[in-house]
Amino acid sequence: MNSFDIFVLPFAIGLYTLLIVFFAKVFDWIKHLPVGDRRKIGRGIRSRKLFGVVKEIFLESLIHRRIFKVNPLLGYMHMSLAFGWFLLIVLGAAESKIYGRDLLNTPWDPIFFKYFKHDTNEFHSAFFNFTMDFLLLFVLSGVFLAYLKRIYARLFGLKKTTKHIFFDRLAIISLWLIFPLRLLAESLTSGIYHNGGFLTDGLGSFLAGFMPVGHLEYTAWWLYSLSVGAFFVALPYSRYMHIPTEILLIAMRRFGIKTTTTFTNFSQIEVYSCPRCGICIDKCQMTSALGNEKPASVYFLNTIRAQKVKPGLSFDCMICGRCEQYCPVGISLMNHRLVQRNKLISNGYNFQFLKNGIPEKARIAYYAGCMTHLTPSIEKAMIKILEKAGTDFVFIDKDGGACCGRPMMLSGNFEGAEKLIEFNRNNILKSCADILVTSCAICYKVFKSNYDLPLKVLHHSEFILELVKSGKININKSGLRAVYHDPCELGRGSKVYEEPRELLSHALELVSTGYDRENALCCGGSLGNIMLGYEEKNKINAAVWKEMMVNDPEMLVTACPLCKKTFNKNAPVPVRDIAEIIADAVQISPVKPNHQLAPEQIAG
Amino acid sequence: MKKHVFIIGGGVAGAEAASQLVKMGFDVTLAEKETQIGGKLNQWDRLFPSKRKAAEVLDFINKNLVDSKARVLFNTEISKISKQNGGYKIYAGIEECTADAILISTGYDVFNARIKEEYGYGIYENVITSVDLEEMFRNGNKIFNSNKEEPKRIGFVHCVGSRDEKVGNHYCSQVCCVTAVKQAMEVKEILPRAEVYCFYMDLRMFGLQFEDLYRESQEKWGVNFIRGRVSEAAENIDGTILIKVEDTLAGRPLKMKVDLLVLMVGFVPSAGTTEIGKMLNLDLTPENFLKPADEHLDTSSTNLKGVFIAGTCKSPKTIADTFADARAATLKIKEFLEGSEK
Amino acid sequence: MNQDWGYGINKDRQIDFDRNDRRLAEYIRKYVPSYKLCISCGACTATCSTANLTDFYNIRRLNIFLMRGEIDEIAKHIDKCMFCGKCELVCPRGVNTRQVILIMKEGIKKIKQNEQL
Repeated sequence: MNSFDIFVLPFAIGLYTLLIVFFAKVFDWIKHLPVGDRRKIGRGIRSRKLFGVVKEIFLESLIHRRIFKVNPLLGYMHMSLAFGWFLLIVLGAAESKIYGRDLLNTPWDPIFFKYFKHDTNEFHSAFFNFTMDFLLLFVLSGVFLAYLKRIYARLFGLKKTTKHIFFDRLAIISLWLIFPLRLLAESLTSGIYHNGGFLTDGLGSFLAGFMPVGHLEYTAWWLYSLSVGAFFVALPYSRYMHIPTEILLIAMRRFGIKTTTTFTNFSQIEVYSCPRCGICIDKCQMTSALGNEKPASVYFLNTIRAQKVKPGLSFDCMICGRCEQYCPVGISLMNHRLVQRNKLISNGYNFQFLKNGIPEKARIAYYAGCMTHLTPSIEKAMIKILEKAGTDFVFIDKDGGACCGRPMMLSGNFEGAEKLIEFNRNNILKSCADILVTSCAICYKVFKSNYDLPLKVLHHSEFILELVKSGKININKSGLRAVYHDPCELGRGSKVYEEPRELLSHALELVSTGYDRENALCCGGSLGNIMLGYEEKNKINAAVWKEMMVNDPEMLVTACPLCKKTFNKNAPVPVRDIAEIIADAVQISPVKPNHQLAPEQIAG
Repeated sequence: MKKHVFIIGGGVAGAEAASQLVKMGFDVTLAEKETQIGGKLNQWDRLFPSKRKAAEVLDFINKNLVDSKARVLFNTEISKISKQNGGYKIYAGIEECTADAILISTGYDVFNARIKEEYGYGIYENVITSVDLEEMFRNGNKIFNSNKEEPKRIGFVHCVGSRDEKVGNHYCSQVCCVTAVKQAMEVKEILPRAEVYCFYMDLRMFGLQFEDLYRESQEKWGVNFIRGRVSEAAENIDGTILIKVEDTLAGRPLKMKVDLLVLMVGFVPSAGTTEIGKMLNLDLTPENFLKPADEHLDTSSTNLKGVFIAGTCKSPKTIADTFADARAATLKIKEFLEGSEK
Repeated sequence: MNQDWGYGINKDRQIDFDRNDRRLAEYIRKYVPSYKLCISCGACTATCSTANLTDFYNIRRLNIFLMRGEIDEIAKHIDKCMFCGKCELVCPRGVNTRQVILIMKEGIKKIKQNEQL
């Protein structure tokens, strides 16, 4: 079978350029990966984790399950393009190999198959003709949706779409042309030789009725080859680099590699895996409440990839985790932000002024947290509950003390945070407690993730729930309708969603909002964002209040002193902490019978 | 036929304006939501700068009002106001009145100190507000802490709910500084051995004799002043309050145990002021007080023809200024009503 | 080179406003506009955990030193900040204190490395 014409060259050059550039990058990434990470790959490849890798690649890279969860139409668009094209390639390769009876045919054989192979009258040709046309139609439906998305993004649940850089535009234009041109080229050929399926032959016959298909055929194949070639050349420099890179990312992540405190080559792979889908833009409250799209993670990763990180942008993020929660690729966006901050921050202070105290010993150590000292009603409620339940506790930061280290960590100063962690950790251990209870969601996050404590760490909502379940305190239920606000550090940060809700349901009626659990909004008071001024934080908070009030609650309950403080300013209804609610609802234990008679009884 | 003026709010401004307007020959109806005339003045014991009894001033306005025979509706709230034949129709309680002009004198509320949670009002028993202290003065000058003991050391925190972006009130409430000085002296009068500390950011003694009061409090009564804003208060086991402040003049943080902490709560527009403002769609100042037509030249009119404002519904004011403002408003109303006859 | 010859040429105690380097103050005024709003009320220092634990740290005073151009004084103490953000919560003027500290650190680093602010 003759299968060469000069028009295959743009495609072939594009493909080889892509392969060379991509594998050079992969080689470089793997070569300079930290030793520990390389070992993890070595072990992972030989383990059963590999099955998980294949499964995830299928579900995420081809089916795009996570995007389906965000919006089904958007998911279908991605699936039809990715899975459809994948099947076209696989079946095309099979088709060309079967007809050519040559396992080592050229890579352009399947691409331009119809141009070179006119007599497809063998027994399997009906199957291939039909299936390939069906798949082409499947992909084309995705392309059509992609056009539609440009015009009407809201249909796909997107308010904002990503603004693209030059290579992205080049790639997207060529990508948009590839499949319509393929349809055109195959149809024109089928118009002459009738070697197509229901779609291409139908369209071909129709076109042949009024067009000189014989003259146009060659040009169409040229254009098709050019569009594929252009796409391949632009790919490594555009967002479509995520297609091959994501496969690497999924495998490495499954093998246990993470971006933590330094920017490794795995981080680089994460950066290249960003498809710039723009889902994070809508999720970012800096966009929705302040109209500032710049800090959105997609643009931030762009600057990392271009090696043009601006300090302002690194610090202009609330680290609320909404983008990470919905990122279809699962990039650790919060850590990326912190790692970039770490590069800018001067470290090395050792906090030698901190003097170790000698806390009393008790079974339960209560750590209120810095912020809780500014919301004394939470502190007082906790003391009341702890006493009511008859627990043996010590209030370890009653007179204040060192910060837990989380705010410092959020500023990117990991080394400084380490010092504070060490200091506090020693103090906590000295109390010999079995349980550490804290009222601050921020402290809780760092106690859980970074302190490595050999004792049970509980947020007060979890702790009080245990008290209720074990019958140590009894709660009266009222008919008050309240809305619960998930603090970022407790919810998305520590995955504590249900305990506060279960606890509150013992005391009042919970009303939902459109923003519960994973989808909770940040109150705006975030310690993560160091650039936001007070006015802006206030604006974000006012926008959150609007959402919290949709079902007319009589109260807002939260579980973080900072959230409480932030909500207080614009409050249309009272704002309280979960501990206050419970402290008020605790049943007064039955008064012991008093044998002394009351004066009126004596008189009577 | 006599023109009819409807006054909403029977505090100092409303009551004074009512009797003045009757003297000018108008028909006046005054609606008051409480059972007595005088508004917030009923909560005060003595007034700065002369320490005259608030009751004297109350008697004065009450007598004038009774003498004027203006119609007073007690226990009456306004549910609706609509325009009618160039005047207004007012739904006051169960009544429906028509009026040619309305005077709003709905006054202020004191700042809800619970919002400033770090000071512990409503959480710690020994944290009270200036209003609570005034009540102690009225109830026979007995000052006790929660243990029914006489406090040995009392702290006054200035600017609670004033000059504070974090509670949404960035303005100065004007009268709290001098009130704190007045109350500090009164405390010393009752408890000569107690130590009294005032924590201030700036002392704004703007009135003619206010500086003298400040001086007297230092010279005669030995009141101490520490320049610094209290950041937070905590409760000790014995119920005393531990406050944290920076002694900014010494440049060092300072902590102090007090037996009683008095919060000098500022002025906010009263609930009634906000409600009437909304009802009539009146222009508001950035601080949410009612906005006068012109800050210098016409401080009594509003953006609505025939609707006038007087007293603390438009800004924090002393009693003396409130009287002056009420009288100014009556002149403006007279001008309006007589002008409309022509 | 600052040499002490023992002839009583002691360093003046006065803040030499004209000589001092106020570039850092200008730098921070530019990047943290809210910084200009400080009224030196001291609430930040009062609530500051670090200020309560060490004699030499005072966030309000750092601001004053900064405005007067006494950079050495700031550089000595700035690293002691634990970034907990309580100062920001109590500030009655809504100054973004954590950003002030951050930009101060950045500015001092640049000055030390003789970079342009």
